[in-house]
Amino acid sequence: MIEGAKWRRWIFFYIPLSAFIFTLLFPFYWMLVTAVRPDSELYRPWNAPNYAPFWTAHPTLDHIRYLLQETLFSTWMLNTLFISIAATLISLFCGLLAGYALSRLKFRFAGMLGTAIFITYLVPQTLLFIPLADIIRNFRLGDSPWALILTYPTFLIPFCTWLLMGYFKAIPRELEECARIDGAARWQAMLYIIFPIAVPGILSAGIFAFTLSWNEFIYALVFLSSPEEKTVSVGVTSELIRGDVFYWGSLMAGALLGSIPVAFVYSFFVEYYVAGLTGAVKG
Amino acid sequence: MARVVIRNLNKTFDGFHAVKNVNLDINDKEFVVLVGPSGCGKTTTLRMVAGLESISSGEILIGDKVVNELPPMDRDIAMVFQNYALYPHMNVYDNMAFGLKMRRFGRPEIDARVQAAAEILGIQAQLQRKPRQLSGGQRQRVALGRAIVRHPKVFLFDEPLSNLDAKLRVQMRVEIKKIHTRLGTTAIYVTHDQVEAMTLGDRVVVMKDGVVQQVGEPLELYNAPANRFVAGFIGSPAMNFATVTIVADADGPLWAHNDGIHIRLPAEITGRLRQHVGEAVTLGIRPEDLRVASSSDPADLAFDAVVEVVEKLGSEILLDVKVGPSTMAASVEPTVRAKVRDQLRLALNPDRLYFFDGASQAAI
Repeated sequence: MIEGAKWRRWIFFYIPLSAFIFTLLFPFYWMLVTAVRPDSELYRPWNAPNYAPFWTAHPTLDHIRYLLQETLFSTWMLNTLFISIAATLISLFCGLLAGYALSRLKFRFAGMLGTAIFITYLVPQTLLFIPLADIIRNFRLGDSPWALILTYPTFLIPFCTWLLMGYFKAIPRELEECARIDGAARWQAMLYIIFPIAVPGILSAGIFAFTLSWNEFIYALVFLSSPEEKTVSVGVTSELIRGDVFYWGSLMAGALLGSIPVAFVYSFFVEYYVAGLTGAVKG
Repeated sequence: MARVVIRNLNKTFDGFHAVKNVNLDINDKEFVVLVGPSGCGKTTTLRMVAGLESISSGEILIGDKVVNELPPMDRDIAMVFQNYALYPHMNVYDNMAFGLKMRRFGRPEIDARVQAAAEILGIQAQLQRKPRQLSGGQRQRVALGRAIVRHPKVFLFDEPLSNLDAKLRVQMRVEIKKIHTRLGTTAIYVTHDQVEAMTLGDRVVVMKDGVVQQVGEPLELYNAPANRFVAGFIGSPAMNFATVTIVADADGPLWAHNDGIHIRLPAEITGRLRQHVGEAVTLGIRPEDLRVASSSDPADLAFDAVVEVVEKLGSEILLDVKVGPSTMAASVEPTVRAKVRDQLRLALNPDRLYFFDGASQAAI
């Protein structure tokens, strides 16, 4: 907390904080007012006497109704949920084992392998989708959720591995040594001692992996084609923009509803994931 | 209950020779302390016994069985770590029960053993607490309890008291000694604190640079150190050293001589020193063997000193004095009134002089 006079607190704390919060939340506010704005207000020219872009005079649920009834939005939501959860679970499982091995086991090329995994994370998805598209076609996975469930781990596993590696390194080695002297095999020490202590780290890796999968756009755009297989991010943008016609109200409603699960997951695990990032293991 | 035998044990880390040819025979029920400055290889030796560190060469036997290739879980040992290594997500009871659960003991047996250990250590009231809710001393007790419940063949202690404050350390030292007397389990204890080593050990192993310097009972190390390192390491305050030349008189007696010291050596030790006449050797005198000279002290067993620092400890006064070219500490009666820069005459106990070879530093 800022010490001293009241004005100092305003200048150095409240005003910057308010600016920050405003910047962060304004897009959500914009989504909300646009989603409930009737077309008559949406398409009012900027020089009209009653032009009011920042609020809605006569809110309507028409756009949301259109989104839910006339598009496959609920299917897209379910698709995204399934794909995100499956990709997250696969990546967490691999990331846990890889992170543990790289941080704890001594083996040849361990350091090199860690770096190599990190480098794969640096390859931009905008390049990687080209060879991946070929692989997806060869395995006949195109236009199915598995195309994404199996390709998302290409960037999620390196991410989870590195996050968890750092977390495991922060756990004192003696805990595990003590467990092994106490009669636990290495896998038991890992399962009963290290993983429970690493829960905050595992949860934050999971939350991030889930968010990354949920928001992913380019793979979903390239690998899925039929409307009923699409994810929210692709479905909303491809089905609600027809040529040069933007269904702004429904687009914003889709964006708003699509961000709810992520917001929910974050708020639910917020304490764990803060602990996971600050990496505090208290003995 | 078992004896532990270490034969020609070596450990090299990436070309660094951390433990060199250590040989040690630890009897059943014995409490052996490995002591030495940091980096002397004592912890590495202990970790090799525990199975946490691979053995470069040599053999370790626990109860007549070579354990070189045995994983830690199969060695039937228990270890107490410096940072306690309590499992933070388990309460005290589960911390102590973990080893027994892993070994598939029945619930009643686990409960009985945990309760018994908790009673020995006086932590019954804390059984449901998490480690972070405990004080340092209580955590240390839980760590001990976790070792006790297992009824292992050997206890290993890796500097278990060094995270505690001075008062608690003394208290826990006594407690560890009591527990060992009560349970009679063979114990290997690593510390850098020579007081801990002397008070706890049935035998003490002094190590330096990966090499065992001397193995012996505490008073044996104190009274007959094998070399200058052991002499300086064991005893507090540390032994004083001065380089002197052995000079022979025409009529027989030997003298130890330097710029500030000229003392006649008692007849009992002249035999050993005769062959070093004319050589520079190291003279060792313990601070407690020095006193302020009185008129009855013979002049050839005393020397002049200038007081540099006076430390009033209560039961004694520690004087840091300058004697010729060297500084010495003298532990004198609390009644002595000495001030900085005072000239004093210090008398020594001629039966308690130590001499070390100038080159090899081995005791003469």
